[in-house]
Amino acid sequence: MGFPILSVITLTPFATGVLLLAFPAERKREIRWTALLAASLTLVLSVVAYFSYDVPTGGYQFVEKATWVEPLGISYYVGVDGISLPMVLLTGMVMFTGVLISWGVDDRPREFFAFLFILATGVFGVFVALDLFHLFFFYEIAVFPMYLLIAIWGWKVTREYAAMKLTLYLFIGSVLALVGILAMYFLSGLGTFDMILLQEANFSFGFQKFWFPFVFFGFAVLAGIFPFHNWSPDGHVAAPTAVSMFHAGVLMKLGAFAALRVGVMLMPEGARFWLPLIIFLALINVVYGAFVAMMQRDFKYVIGFSSVSHMGLVMLGVATLNPQGITGAGLQMFSHGAMTALFFACVGIVYDRAHTRDIPSLGGMANKLPWVAVAFIVGGLVSMGMPGFSGFIAELPIMLGLWDAGNATSEYFIAPYYTWIVMIAVIAIVITASYILRVVQRVFFGQMPPEFEGHISQSTLMDKIAILMLGAVLVLLGVFPGLMAPLISSGAENVMAVIGGM
Amino acid sequence: MSIAIFHPSDLLAILPELALVVLAGVVMTMDIVLAENRKRLLGLTTAVGSFVIIAVALVFSQPTGDLIWGGMIRNDMAAFIFRLVFIFAGAITALLSLDVKGVAHKGDYYAIMLGAVVGMCFMALAADIIMLYLAVETTGIAGYVLAGYVHRSDRSAEAGLKYFLFGAATSAVMLYGLSLVYGFTGETNLNAIATVLVSGKVGVSAILAASVLILVGVGFKMAIVPFHFWAPDVYEGAPTPVTGFISTASKTAGFAVLMRVFITGLTASESWLPMLVALAVVTMTLGNLLALAQKNIKRLLAYSSIAHAGYALVAFVAYSELGMAATIFYLMAYVVTNLAAFGVVILVARSSGSDEISSYAGMSRRSPYLALAMLVAFLSLAGMPPLAGFFGKFYVFAAAVKSGLVWLAFVGVLNAIVGLYYYLLVLKVVYVNPEPEGSDAVEVPRAYGFALAVLSAGIILLGTASAPWFAWALRAAEGLF
Repeated sequence: MGFPILSVITLTPFATGVLLLAFPAERKREIRWTALLAASLTLVLSVVAYFSYDVPTGGYQFVEKATWVEPLGISYYVGVDGISLPMVLLTGMVMFTGVLISWGVDDRPREFFAFLFILATGVFGVFVALDLFHLFFFYEIAVFPMYLLIAIWGWKVTREYAAMKLTLYLFIGSVLALVGILAMYFLSGLGTFDMILLQEANFSFGFQKFWFPFVFFGFAVLAGIFPFHNWSPDGHVAAPTAVSMFHAGVLMKLGAFAALRVGVMLMPEGARFWLPLIIFLALINVVYGAFVAMMQRDFKYVIGFSSVSHMGLVMLGVATLNPQGITGAGLQMFSHGAMTALFFACVGIVYDRAHTRDIPSLGGMANKLPWVAVAFIVGGLVSMGMPGFSGFIAELPIMLGLWDAGNATSEYFIAPYYTWIVMIAVIAIVITASYILRVVQRVFFGQMPPEFEGHISQSTLMDKIAILMLGAVLVLLGVFPGLMAPLISSGAENVMAVIGGM
Repeated sequence: MSIAIFHPSDLLAILPELALVVLAGVVMTMDIVLAENRKRLLGLTTAVGSFVIIAVALVFSQPTGDLIWGGMIRNDMAAFIFRLVFIFAGAITALLSLDVKGVAHKGDYYAIMLGAVVGMCFMALAADIIMLYLAVETTGIAGYVLAGYVHRSDRSAEAGLKYFLFGAATSAVMLYGLSLVYGFTGETNLNAIATVLVSGKVGVSAILAASVLILVGVGFKMAIVPFHFWAPDVYEGAPTPVTGFISTASKTAGFAVLMRVFITGLTASESWLPMLVALAVVTMTLGNLLALAQKNIKRLLAYSSIAHAGYALVAFVAYSELGMAATIFYLMAYVVTNLAAFGVVILVARSSGSDEISSYAGMSRRSPYLALAMLVAFLSLAGMPPLAGFFGKFYVFAAAVKSGLVWLAFVGVLNAIVGLYYYLLVLKVVYVNPEPEGSDAVEVPRAYGFALAVLSAGIILLGTASAPWFAWALRAAEGLF
C-alpha cells in the first residue's frame, strides 16, 4: 500500500483542530497561519489525489482498510470513485477559501478554526467512506460542530434559533437513517458494514420498500429536500461566512451523496419504488426554492433559497437512475458547491462592510468592490446555467437524463410526464436568472446610498485570493468540461453497475 | 460445577476488596494522626490507593468464572469489569472531593466511600441471594451517610434522609422478593435457583411476582422510572462528588445486580421481559422530558441520568449477548462521561457558589479548557462521535434492532434527539451567552485538572478505540449466558 493519502486528507484537519486548541488564545496570528497551512496542505493533497486517480481503470482507488470493531464487522475503510473524488477536491477548496475568508474572525479564532476543522474532517470522512459505520460516524462528526459555529459566531439576530433548528433537523434525519443502516446490517446476514459487500446483499423487495425512505430521506434532510428544507436557509443566513460556505457548498452535498451511496446504491429496488415521490419533491425544491428566492429582501436569504433550488436539481439527477442524470448530479454537486461558496463569500464581504443585507438599501457596490462584483456575476452566470460556465455542463446532462428516463420507463404512472418535468425544471432556471440579475443590479450597480460613501473599504488580499480561486474553477470547468466530466461519468458507471439499468 | 469450600487462591479473587478495606482503615488512621493542615492527603491517599488497587486487580484477580467462597461469589468477566469501574469511580470521586467544603478533610468520608465501593464490588460478584442482599445493603447504608454527610446543611440532611427512606423501603420490598424466590425454590444460590426454575416446578406467576418485588429494589439503585422519585432531590442536595458517585457507580451496581438476578437466576422464565421493555420506554422518555425544564445543572444531570438508565435497559431487554455487551459498554461509557460532567459542575460551583445553569454563562471565555472538558462530556452524553457515548448508543440500538425491537430503537433515537436538545442548551450557555460582569476564571486545582484530563481521555479512548473495550464487554456477556 502506498501513501495513505485519503487518511491524511481526512485526519489532517482534525489533528490541526486539536493542535489549535492547545495554542494560547491570544496568539491569534499564529493560530490563523497554522490554520491556513493545514488547509493548504489538505487542498494540495486533494488536488494530488484528484489528478492521480486513474480514470480508465475506474472503480474505487486509494483504498485503505483496517479493522475497527471486529466483532461487529466494522472497519476503517476508505476509497474514492468518480463521484466522491470531486467532492473531496471541493471540500479541500472550500476549506482553504473558508480559512481565507475567515481571516478577520476576531472572537475566539482558536475555537472557531478548531471547530471548523473538526467539521471538515467529518465531511472528508463521509466522502471517502466505504464502510457504512464509518460513513455514519463521520456524518455525525460533521453535524454537531455546526451548532457551535453558528450559535457562537453567527448573525446575532437568529443564530440561536437557526443553529438549534439545523442541528435537530439533521440529527433527526441521521438517527432515522441509523436505524435503517442497522436494519440493513442485521438483515443482510453478512455481519459486515462493508458497503461493497452489502451491495450484493439482495435485500428483499419488501425490505427495501420499507427501509428505503428512512435511509434516503434521513440523509436527504441534509440535502435540503422539500419538505425538510426549512432548516437550510435559516442556517445559511445565521451562519458566519465561512460556515455558510461550508454548509451550502459542501454539507448539503454530503446529504445528497449519502442518500445516493447508502439509499440508492444499497437499495435500488426501493429507489425505483419511491422514485416518483423523489422526483416530485425534488421538482418542488427546484421551483419553489427559486420562487421564494425571488421574493427575498435579504441578500443572503436569496442565496440560501437558491441552494434549495439547485439541490433539487441534484436530487432530480440522482432520481433519473441513468448514467447521464447521475453524471449531471455529480457535476452539479461540484459546480453548485463552488458556486454557492463563492456567493456566500461575496455576501459576507459585502455585509462586513455595509452591515446590512437588505437589498433595497444597498447599491453601487461594484465601484468599491469590483472583484466581488465580478465574482458574483460569474457565480450568477453559473447559477443560470449559462454555456461556458460550469452550471451549464452540469444542468444539461441532468435534463438530458430526465428526458431519457421518460423514454426508457413505462412502468411508472409518471412516465408520460417526464417532458413536463423537464420543462418545469428549465423554467425554474429562468426564474433563477431573474432573481440573480435583480440582486446584481440592486446591490452592485446603480447609485450607492449616501450613508455608505466612504465606509466601504476595499476587499482584502485574502478575500481576493478566495474568490478568484472559486471563480476560476467555475469558468475553467465550464470551458474545459473534460477536466471533470469523464471522471464523474466513470463514477456514474460505477453506480449504474450496482443499481442496474432502468 | 463443583463448589470448593475454600482454596487459598480464593483470597486472590477478593484481594481488591480486602485491599479497599485496608485502605479505608489506613485513611481513618491518618485522619487521627495527621495535622489539620495536611488533611488534603486523605483524599489523595484514597485516590492513589484506589488506582493501585486497580492495578492489583488487573494482575491478581483475573476472572475465572468459578463459584468460590462456598458458592457465595463468582469472579467472572462481568464482575471483573464492574469492579474495575467501581474502584475507578471511587478513585475519581476521591480526587473530585479534595477541595469540596464539608467533605474534603474528613477521613471517615473517604472511608465510608471506600465501604460503598466494597459493597458495589460484592454486588457485582455475588452469586448467592444472601450475599447479594448484604452487598446491596452495604452500599445503600454507606450511600445514605454520604448523601447526608455535610454537617449543618439542611439540604444535605434532607437528601440523606430521603435517600435513606426510599432505600430502606425499596430494599425491604426486594428482600421480600428474594425470600419468595427462596421459598419457591428452596435455594439461595442463583445457579441452583435457575436449575430449579428450569425444571418447571415453579409457576410462571410466582416467578413474575418475585421478579416484580426484586425489581423494586434494583430499580431504586438504577434510578429507573417509577423508582426514580428520590433521584433529583438527592442529587441536588447531596455533596456534588457524592452525587457524581451515586449517579454513576451506584447506578451501574444496580445493573450488575439486575444481570445477576435476571440473567443468571430467573432466566428460565422471560415473563418479566415485557415489564422491563415498558420500563425502558418510560424511563428514557420521562427522564428526557423532565430534564428539558431544569434550571439547575445537578437536577438536569439527575434527570438525564434517569434517561441514560433507560438506554442501558434498552440493550438489556434485547436479551442477547450483544445486548448485555452493549449494556456493559454503555455503562462504562456513561460512568466516565458523567463523572467528567460532575467534575466540571464541582469546579464551577466552587468558584461561583451556584449550581444554576445560568451561572455557566460565558464560561468558554473565562475558562476555555474547562469549557472544552464540559463540551466533550456533554457531547458524549448526547451520543456524538468520536466520543464514548456515541459508541454506547450505537451498540445499544444495534442490539435492539438485532433482537427485532426496531420500534424500541426508534423510541430510543427519538429520545436521543430530545437529549441532544437540552445538552446543547447547556453548551449554548457555556459558549454563547455573554459572561456576567466581573466574573473570574474558574480555579482548577491540579488534582481536578488531572481527573478531568483522565476522564476526557477516557471518553475519547472509549470512543475512537472502542474495539478492545467492547471485546471485553462481549466476553463478559458470553460468560453471563
